[in-house]
Amino acid sequence: MRALALVVACAAALTVPAWAAEPPNAPDLEAELVCPVCETTLDQSNAPVAQRMKLFIRERIAAGDSEQEIKDALVAQFGPGVLATPRKSGFGLLAWALPLAALAAGALIVGVLVRSWSRRRTPSSPETPLDPELERRVDEELARYEG
Amino acid sequence: MAGRARLVAQGVAIGLVALLFVLLVWALATDEGGDLAGAAARGERPAAPDFTLERLDEEGELSLSSLQGKAVVVNVWASWCGPCKEEAPYLEQVWRRNRARGLVVVGLDAKDFRRDARNFMRRYELTFPVVYDGPGDTLPGWGVTGFPETFVLDRRGRVVESFAGAVSSDEDRARLRAAVDSALES
Repeated sequence: MRALALVVACAAALTVPAWAAEPPNAPDLEAELVCPVCETTLDQSNAPVAQRMKLFIRERIAAGDSEQEIKDALVAQFGPGVLATPRKSGFGLLAWALPLAALAAGALIVGVLVRSWSRRRTPSSPETPLDPELERRVDEELARYEG
Repeated sequence: MAGRARLVAQGVAIGLVALLFVLLVWALATDEGGDLAGAAARGERPAAPDFTLERLDEEGELSLSSLQGKAVVVNVWASWCGPCKEEAPYLEQVWRRNRARGLVVVGLDAKDFRRDARNFMRRYELTFPVVYDGPGDTLPGWGVTGFPETFVLDRRGRVVESFAGAVSSDEDRARLRAAVDSALES
């Protein structure tokens, strides 16, 4: 059992650095970054600035930068608008949280309204008594039927 | 109880609509989209929006308002822009010829890499002040829709002339000289 644990630990030690050292993929990054002139993602733009940014990405990948380092470098030049999706921290977190909050608020409102309507449909007063004349006729008919 | 719940739901719905309305009013009130070029063409001399931006030619920042009392040529450019290369040497000439008369040429490099912009400045031997606006946040307020664009401001910071595209033809250069003279005399 101890030997098995040792093998697993060695395998993990060998695997993790290999995974961590995997360089970022240029096409993936180009799909996650926006051309500041044409406002489309870099992979869909041939604008001169987009071509320059693609070249920058390839240079940084060759230099060994991580995906996050490349994004940070571009944000430092062009601002956070260069990211196709907002960051999941700071002010950018609002862009992720607000739709969920709106969804929750909508569900709450619908729930409250459904509850309110379903209560309104339940009878709130006992059945109204039959008209005495009608009751008499029903009794007569029943008696005739039973007789 | 049901009535109270309905009131709460109605309150939330009204609150959301009110919030959207406030956001709409705020967006309209803070919309800085300017048509300086159109207004200047009609002879209105609109006030140029101020900016305070990082300098590329030296350390620190430059505010447009700090140049009050001087005529200013604001040239919006980027290193990746072909026509910007055509006009850069001419703008350097305008700066050298008129700086003693009280003219300042300010380059506004936008949507660009700082390093590329500095290479451009070295290559074209630009000696006038250049500020950097990487995200291009300043541009909507000036109504800039492309690169390059040039604005001539009088000594009171009002736009007297504007140029969409490079100042490269003889006609454009004559118009720029006339605008600079007019701005210096104001």
